[in-house]
Amino acid sequence: MGRIVLEKVTKSFGATEVIPPLDLTIEDGEFTVFVGPSGCGKSTLLRLIAGLEDVSSGQISIDGQDATIVPPAKRGLAMVFQSYALYPHMSVRKNIAFPLRMAKLDQAEIDKRVASAASVLNLSDYLDRRPGQLSGGQRQRVAIGRAIVREPAAFLFDEPLSNLDAALRVGMRLEISELHERLKTTMIYVTHDQVEAMTMADKIVVLRAGNIEQVGSPLELYHTPRNQFVAGFIGSPKMNFIAGDEAAKHGAASIGIRPEHITVSDDGGPWSGVVSVSEHLGSDTFFHIHDTGLADTITVRADGEVGFRHGDRVHLTPRDDVIHRFDRNGLRIA
Amino acid sequence: MATQHSRSAARLMMAPAVFLLLVWMLVPLSLTLIFSFKKFLPLRGDQIESGWDWVTFFPSLDWVGFANYSRFVTSSSFWPAVSTTLLIVGGVLIITVCLGILLAILLDQPMWGQGVVRILVIAPFFVMPTVSALVWKNMFLDPNNGLFSHLWRAFGAEPISFLSEAAMPSIILIVSWQWLPFATLILLTAIQSLDSEQLEAAEMDGAPVLKRFWFIVLPHLSRAITIVILIQTIFLLAIFAEIFVTTGGAFGTRTLSYLIFQRVLESQNVGLGSAGGVYAIILANIVALLLMRVVGKNLDA
Repeated sequence: MGRIVLEKVTKSFGATEVIPPLDLTIEDGEFTVFVGPSGCGKSTLLRLIAGLEDVSSGQISIDGQDATIVPPAKRGLAMVFQSYALYPHMSVRKNIAFPLRMAKLDQAEIDKRVASAASVLNLSDYLDRRPGQLSGGQRQRVAIGRAIVREPAAFLFDEPLSNLDAALRVGMRLEISELHERLKTTMIYVTHDQVEAMTMADKIVVLRAGNIEQVGSPLELYHTPRNQFVAGFIGSPKMNFIAGDEAAKHGAASIGIRPEHITVSDDGGPWSGVVSVSEHLGSDTFFHIHDTGLADTITVRADGEVGFRHGDRVHLTPRDDVIHRFDRNGLRIA
Repeated sequence: MATQHSRSAARLMMAPAVFLLLVWMLVPLSLTLIFSFKKFLPLRGDQIESGWDWVTFFPSLDWVGFANYSRFVTSSSFWPAVSTTLLIVGGVLIITVCLGILLAILLDQPMWGQGVVRILVIAPFFVMPTVSALVWKNMFLDPNNGLFSHLWRAFGAEPISFLSEAAMPSIILIVSWQWLPFATLILLTAIQSLDSEQLEAAEMDGAPVLKRFWFIVLPHLSRAITIVILIQTIFLLAIFAEIFVTTGGAFGTRTLSYLIFQRVLESQNVGLGSAGGVYAIILANIVALLLMRVVGKNLDA
């Protein structure tokens, strides 16, 4: 079980309020991702839930029990840190067994749980090595192993993949998702990478300056962002924003259109501009288009075969049905 | 960078330093070795007449074989001196390492006036051994006017003459006071390099404060503790000024280095003292070997 409820939770460091009153419910078994730019308070929020920071006011309850002043060890949560925080002088086996040793389980039970965690995470061959002798991905798995042996009510991940290289990151992303499918335990995952958020989450919480901007499933956030910030943050490459006359035509202060919803051609369309940079990914090509008279740069996603070059004049056709309209305050107009 | 030319230039430029070091080390060492096999009593007039030795640039001395060596070990003060030396080294090491760890943890806590406090803690290390021993002798340990005597009297106890009745503890106290800053400083930097996420992870894993200290902080400090022990041992084996200024080697505080001093300068027997010097080298090496066996493995990995 792991249903976590935050009610009117605030956090201030001295006079600086990092998290203004915030309400959030994380259902049992849900994979929730906190995402936002750096300094948005997402890690602080996670540490509040973990108990590593005290809340300034408000209440945190875990499975209906008030946990606001319960010390971290007693909350039944396990955390995976950004730096992995493995104990360098202990072998992998002792690292994984550490929480069980602290809980004074008997040796047979400890051995059993360590062995099963190691087999789940493909660590059986490395149990007697020190963390220093492992690769980044293996260290990450040891950190996860140390978390799962405790059979916690929920897992907390604090940017666990940010120290890995790109290829490994994709692999670990899958492994964590598979782990969630298998364990069905609540997971809270903090990242600044919206791709991780989109690919892994059941529920995304977008944060900015300690405020929750929107909560929803990845596709909800993609299709109906509540405001311009969420619209710009979710989706890669970023949504194009156009203000001025073009937006007024749609009855909005500004409009947003995703790169994948614009067609580029050389023979006509409502907008036109000059190709500045084209990024070829093989499957797709991203064109950055200048001189449109709409915005500094319009980004367009086209098929990998489309071959415009720097300096070509092209025409753009947006899909009218997926244009997002925002009012003067950046809020979505339904 | 490492061309033939630059390498030979480097050798040339290092040569004076290497030469100086060799002379600095080798000449006294070989003189000590030579004297230790000679009868060398400089204040006895008969030696002046025996001529000049062109190897040692000293008066010609009589060869006495291992007589100095056997006389030095069979002296009734030899083994007490060895055990006194080891007791002081051991006592000071235990006190400085334990208190050093505690102080380092304390100084690592965020507090008001941290910078000033840290400088104050380091201050004793800047005081010369002679001076600090004098300060301790007159200000703290004096049986009539010392602060300790006043403290004793404040509790209604009769103050003792610390430097004679409790000479060894007093010396260990003085030397520990001097070396505590060194230990604290090295251990403090080590503690500051501990990743705070490790402590938080241990906290999440259910380790209370003392267990976090035992399982996380102490292993992290092991390398720094090793360095403190090794460096301090080197210096503590040779402490002299503290004893010279306070007890003058009396009341069971005669260390090996003090015994050698007495043999050479008070008894004016350079040959006997040199033999003692060679024993001191052997003792230092035995201690160093033992230490490397016991704690040296912490320096690997």
